Amino acid sequence: MTVVAPELDRVPSAAAIRQRRLDVSGAVFKGALLAALALTVALLVLLITDQIVDGWDVLSTRLGDFLTSNVSSRAGSAGVMQGIIGTLTIAVIVAAVAFPIGVGAALYLEEYAQPSRLTRFIDINIRNLSGVPSVVYGILGFTILVKALGSFTGGASVLAGGLTLAILVLPIVIIASAEAIRAVPGALREAGYGVGGTRWEVTRGLVLPNAMPGILTGTVLALARAMGEAAPLILVGALQGFFTGGQWGDLTGPFTALPITIFQWAKQPSDAWRVNTSAAIVVLLVMVLLVNTTAILLRNHFEKRR
Amino acid sequence: MGRLFQGAALVSVLISVLIVFSLVREAIEFLTSVELGTLWTSGWFPRRGLFDVKTLIFGSLIIAAVAMLIAVPIGLASAVYLSEYARPRVRRVVKPALEVLAGIPSVVLGVFALLWLSPQIMQRFFDAQVFSLGAAGIGVGILTIPLVASVSEDALRAVPQSLREASYGMGAKKVTTVVRVVVPAAISGLVAALILAVSRAIGETMVVAIAAGGTGGSLFTLDPSGPGQTMTAAMAALASGTDQVAGQGNAYQSLFFVGFMLFAFTLVLNVIADRVVRRVRERY
Repeated sequence: MTVVAPELDRVPSAAAIRQRRLDVSGAVFKGALLAALALTVALLVLLITDQIVDGWDVLSTRLGDFLTSNVSSRAGSAGVMQGIIGTLTIAVIVAAVAFPIGVGAALYLEEYAQPSRLTRFIDINIRNLSGVPSVVYGILGFTILVKALGSFTGGASVLAGGLTLAILVLPIVIIASAEAIRAVPGALREAGYGVGGTRWEVTRGLVLPNAMPGILTGTVLALARAMGEAAPLILVGALQGFFTGGQWGDLTGPFTALPITIFQWAKQPSDAWRVNTSAAIVVLLVMVLLVNTTAILLRNHFEKRR
Repeated sequence: MGRLFQGAALVSVLISVLIVFSLVREAIEFLTSVELGTLWTSGWFPRRGLFDVKTLIFGSLIIAAVAMLIAVPIGLASAVYLSEYARPRVRRVVKPALEVLAGIPSVVLGVFALLWLSPQIMQRFFDAQVFSLGAAGIGVGILTIPLVASVSEDALRAVPQSLREASYGMGAKKVTTVVRVVVPAAISGLVAALILAVSRAIGETMVVAIAAGGTGGSLFTLDPSGPGQTMTAAMAALASGTDQVAGQGNAYQSLFFVGFMLFAFTLVLNVIADRVVRRVRERY
């Protein structure tokens, strides 16, 4: 009986291991991956420059006028003032409502609640809520905030719109806050309890300050999301036509928001409106990207310090 | 303090109850008052009493399919590069870029789909009409790239380093390790990414409302190069502008019925994706 050495030719020789051959398939694969990544970045750049170029006529000639004028039926004098006011008011309402409730809910789930069927249910419920399409939240806002609570919100008002978007981003704020709270080291809490702190003292003095950067980042990102939403506001009844209301502090009157203005103008076929549409998009992008960049810088700043 | 926080947590449950309540009440009203034959006709024209649900469902599915053709290869490739190849310096540039893309409002993508993707891609290469499901689908695809990329990257990073080392130890090349070891090990996470992206694409409203051209209604179609209507955009159309319906009648109630269908669709997809992600976490 002869013993055949198991496929000796397949085992790489010491020389083959030492000498690094050019790995063609590996290089092609890596190149393809890199191309996909480059395409993503290129799309982002194209998306933004295209709008700047298309809107340049308005941005370069009458930017001040554009920012301070009401919506109008004439393209040459239409502006985004009411849209900006609506979007900023909505951002304030969202922050004022979603931040305290979101952080409170996250603190309950992470610091106070014992693991039980109720907390598990709440947890699953929140994750499901975060996947509900935004237009469905619009139906909630319409039925509950505009119709049922109309005497409080004034019907299709910026208050109803802002509260709807606050409800929309609440799950995002809760999930981000819960993650930030979970990342606070347990030793910190034990030290707090060790010196006789109550649960609230430990939460307020140790957990919250350490989790705050993460909570703020999540909240700010949620705010940017709310500022760009249009679909729920359409259902809530943001005005798409020409109107005179929608000024500062008018919480219960008719309103519009910047994404709604863009949607309305995008439906106009003429070139003059096209320029307006792109100019309004640039204004919205500047607002949203400023908020987004704040969040990203905030996170990078705290990550580096750690 | 604990009671107060518990109240905050219970708000989320209240929201779910209210969503279901707002949808179901009018949706049932719609189903009892409408002639059931009008739910299966030639197209979706709510003002003329034609409520063909398959027009909307297939419209949504076409959007999702086109979107996945764009988002899955690009998002997955980006994730593999970021997880397996990228140096920290590349990550520091690309991750924020993906985050910025994720933060672009969907109306902006809608305008981009109508004014750039439609003439430069769909009309030029696919002989499409100005308004088309295809242009909207590509727009939605661009919108979901960051979602696919970030969920996939999480899944790939969850693959234990020891598996990669074992593969290298057997003499495998980097590309072999990635394709034959890392990606298969992360497959359930990658599937979850796909399901989440489909759910997101089905739920996307504004891109379709602007670029797909179904505002007044649409005949049943399976053609991505022509106009069409989805569940989401049909809801926006019913509630907006010149097509706004008054507070009663079947067209008004159909809004809630479509909303309920959409809610059910995305809920099922999200629950499945959630299960899959959890299973992955437990394994490693």
